[in-house]
Amino acid sequence: MTIPPRLRRVLVRLRRDLLFIGAGVPLHGIPPLLCIWACLHIADILGPGTTWGTLGLLIPVTLLVISAYGLTEAQRWRFRTLCGVDLPRLRLREGKRQWGYNCLIGPLLGFLELAVLAVLVTALTAATSLLWVGALAWDLRAEHIGYWTWAGYATVAGLLVLAAVPALAGALVRLENVVGRAVLYVSRSEELERRVEDLTESRAGAVDAADAERRRIERDLHDGAQQRLVALALNLGLAKATLKDLPPEARQVIEEAHRDAKEAIEELNSLVRGLHPAVLDELGLDAALSGLAARAPLPVRLWTDLPGRAAPAVEAVAYFVVSEALNNVAKHAEATRAEVDVTRLGEILRVVVADDGVGGADPARGSGLKGLAQRVRSVDGAFRMSSPVGGPTTMTVELPCMT
Amino acid sequence: MIAEDSVLLRVGLVKVLETAGFEVAAEAGDAQALLAAVEGHRPDLAVVDVRMPPGFTDEGVRAALEIRERWPDTAVLMLSQYVEERYAAHLLASNTSGIGYLLKQRVADVEEFIEALRRVADGGTALDPQVVAQLLVRRRSDPLERLTEREREVLALMAEGRSNAGIAGALVVSESAVAKHINNILAKLDLPRADADHRRVLAVLRFLGV
Repeated sequence: MTIPPRLRRVLVRLRRDLLFIGAGVPLHGIPPLLCIWACLHIADILGPGTTWGTLGLLIPVTLLVISAYGLTEAQRWRFRTLCGVDLPRLRLREGKRQWGYNCLIGPLLGFLELAVLAVLVTALTAATSLLWVGALAWDLRAEHIGYWTWAGYATVAGLLVLAAVPALAGALVRLENVVGRAVLYVSRSEELERRVEDLTESRAGAVDAADAERRRIERDLHDGAQQRLVALALNLGLAKATLKDLPPEARQVIEEAHRDAKEAIEELNSLVRGLHPAVLDELGLDAALSGLAARAPLPVRLWTDLPGRAAPAVEAVAYFVVSEALNNVAKHAEATRAEVDVTRLGEILRVVVADDGVGGADPARGSGLKGLAQRVRSVDGAFRMSSPVGGPTTMTVELPCMT
Repeated sequence: MIAEDSVLLRVGLVKVLETAGFEVAAEAGDAQALLAAVEGHRPDLAVVDVRMPPGFTDEGVRAALEIRERWPDTAVLMLSQYVEERYAAHLLASNTSGIGYLLKQRVADVEEFIEALRRVADGGTALDPQVVAQLLVRRRSDPLERLTEREREVLALMAEGRSNAGIAGALVVSESAVAKHINNILAKLDLPRADADHRRVLAVLRFLGV
């Protein structure tokens, strides 16, 4: 038997709506039940009072306070999982809304939910009344003449009500959505403020994670491939030094291999050095820049004025900026010299890299410069570049660093 | 005496040292074991890796400083994947005799490495050219500007701790030419003339801001 698609859609939606309504009943029902429990205790205290009554009152009241806040989370889960509505997380200081929703509006909604479920159960029972009647014993039915007619009416009425249940359930879900959003939602500006806080936090996390990843790669390469390459070059060097009576062809092969191994070490060292050198963590930006400037294939002047250490993330970005800028100068600028100035003034770390090359560098075109600008932005830095055709090129990066 | 956490390299280093005619008294995998071994064996020379367990940061540098302080007769040659002028400054702060600080890959140039080993063991200095280059990039306009290209090369080789003969060999010029360059450099930089090699190195390094 195939169900027509339209009916299938109605049934799927009804199932979802009923789940949402069903989950709402206990959540909305807890506070009124706790209130009743508390009222019973109060009545007990006002009547023939006992100390036990006062203590006993503490339990429902405590539970009520906890539930007023805890149920908001549960409601968020219910809205998100069963209805696809993402309500914002409310803070403790927005207690008024939480109390209002859970203890005043909640019970009313709970009542409506119960009503819809009761209508559904009653309608189902009525629609199947012919079955119930058929199940009764013959002598019981004999006492009620005309029951088939009544059962027929009940069946028709039940089916009619059943047909209305999806609309009813849908209406209640919509009502709950409207009420939930109105009470448990925050204003646009509050929401934006929160979003900014969340994003700032998650961005900082992402930046830190990327730095940690670079450190890990640096460490792994240092402990693995780099040691092996050095050992290889060392053994080839030993062979070169000790095997004096080899035929010239063999000597040449060894010498070439030795040279290749040394070049491989150099290349790998330069690559890894650009990642996140250990000295950057240990001694800071100032100490780490010497190695960068000295490794560059053109004369570099380095000037630093860094009274204290900045945050690790900021130091890592500044280091990367210098590293990437010097790479770019070496690759594209055709420069004869470069200058690197790194100074910290108050809360601003300023990195200036200048070269006397051909200019014409465009951050919008070069992927390296784009990546550089992105990484500067990742810590709220500012990136400026002046590179007229014919040179000279000056790149200025300013990074905020909180003390 | 060798301290290096990579077994692979340790084996290679032992081979190089034995080729050079040194006798390896002990090997260590971390700074603790290194200090214990130096105390036990009192070697003439300790070859030490900078990054060692447990922290893999600058354990080797700290151990080297301790060795120089407690057993001044033991020379120390530091090896590192990357050299940093700041660590060189720590190492050379108190004393420049019997200290070496080289890139690990220099081990592969066996003859030169052995030459550096001997220099350090004899109480001299061996600084990696990379360290000297790093010291030179950090200078602003100053008396260095007055040096000719050739004199700058000689100055860099002097800072590495090479003798006149070593400088002459590296630049393929005569020793007398080197001596002339050195006199010019010392005059231009207003440095005292020193007879002993390591005193001269000290003067040059102090000038370079170590």
